[in-house]
Amino acid sequence: MRYWEVPFGKEKPKTPLGEIHILKERCKGCGFCVEYCPKDVLEMSDEFNSKGYHPPQIINGEACVNCGLCETICPEFSIWCTLKEEVAFEN
Amino acid sequence: MPKISQKAIHKYLRHDKNFPHVWCSGCSNGIVLGATIRAIAELGYKKDNIAMVSGIGCSSRMPVYVDFNTLHTLHGRAIAFATGIKIVKPEMKVIVITGDGDATAIGGNHFIHGARRNIDMTVILINNNIYGMTGGQYSPTTPYGDRTTTTPYGNIDPTFDICDLAIGAGATFVARTTAFHAIEAQSFIKQAFEHKGFSLVEIISACPVIYGHLNKKGDASAMMKSMKENVILIEAFEKLSDEQKNGKQKRGIFVNKIRPEYIEEYDKLVRSLQDEKGGE
Repeated sequence: MRYWEVPFGKEKPKTPLGEIHILKERCKGCGFCVEYCPKDVLEMSDEFNSKGYHPPQIINGEACVNCGLCETICPEFSIWCTLKEEVAFEN
Repeated sequence: MPKISQKAIHKYLRHDKNFPHVWCSGCSNGIVLGATIRAIAELGYKKDNIAMVSGIGCSSRMPVYVDFNTLHTLHGRAIAFATGIKIVKPEMKVIVITGDGDATAIGGNHFIHGARRNIDMTVILINNNIYGMTGGQYSPTTPYGDRTTTTPYGNIDPTFDICDLAIGAGATFVARTTAFHAIEAQSFIKQAFEHKGFSLVEIISACPVIYGHLNKKGDASAMMKSMKENVILIEAFEKLSDEQKNGKQKRGIFVNKIRPEYIEEYDKLVRSLQDEKGGE
């Protein structure tokens, strides 16, 4: 019979933190990333890029958990997130 | 599913072409391009072993942006050209990118006979319910009563169910998903690449600029939301009553079976005839 080597619940789960990168010149302002971000990290900005579209801006950057939904749903490949660090999960 | 980094995706794109691409703001074609490249990156295919063929249309601009062997051909004839590539180079992975009008109206014959012969290729069919590039004419998949530039008082033609058409013609892998379900689309495209035989992935997409504008469907986000609500999994669809089924579509893998493949059968025939004549 095999027992668990590490007691259940001893290792705390970790939360990944992501960093968002936006290529503002490629954005066409469709708003999918703003609409579907599960953590509401992004918001449409008032500034214009050279094509006349409004790119998104980061308003709540520390809430990003590097899920990658924005880069999956972006039709222009103009937004992506990378893993910054993993922190211990606090309940 | 392992996460494919953006760096890996940019390896497959042609950066000497002008980015951002030609598609309108809110068009789903870019999402499908991303899902296709992620599926290829996940399988680790070499760029030189892939041939991407397309006809004419918005979706058929896709091969311009990817760094594979690409072919931009006549309207509706993408599957015919892909058959030629597959016969000459059977080891090559052939991908056909096509739209709803391109595959089922103008190239309808090539589509059903490709499925009947079970030629080993993957057809990614982007269904946006309209001929977008040529100015918004109605296509075989425009829903009943919808307005287009050639049906300004509503469309009276019954619509095609593309997956049913492919199943009837004998395709061996048939799946439907939407551009909203991009991760599901990536998984279906990956399974279609791995399948031996004619595989069809129909991806329902949004055309907010022409179709959405003429039918007052709202902006791009609203069209994505309606795809999420109206295209539901097969299991959930079967539980609905007949009234509730009105206006809804099912998504999922409809057919996944094995049947003799055309190019292999052709090779076998050539070999047997060569043996008969004493290996001339």
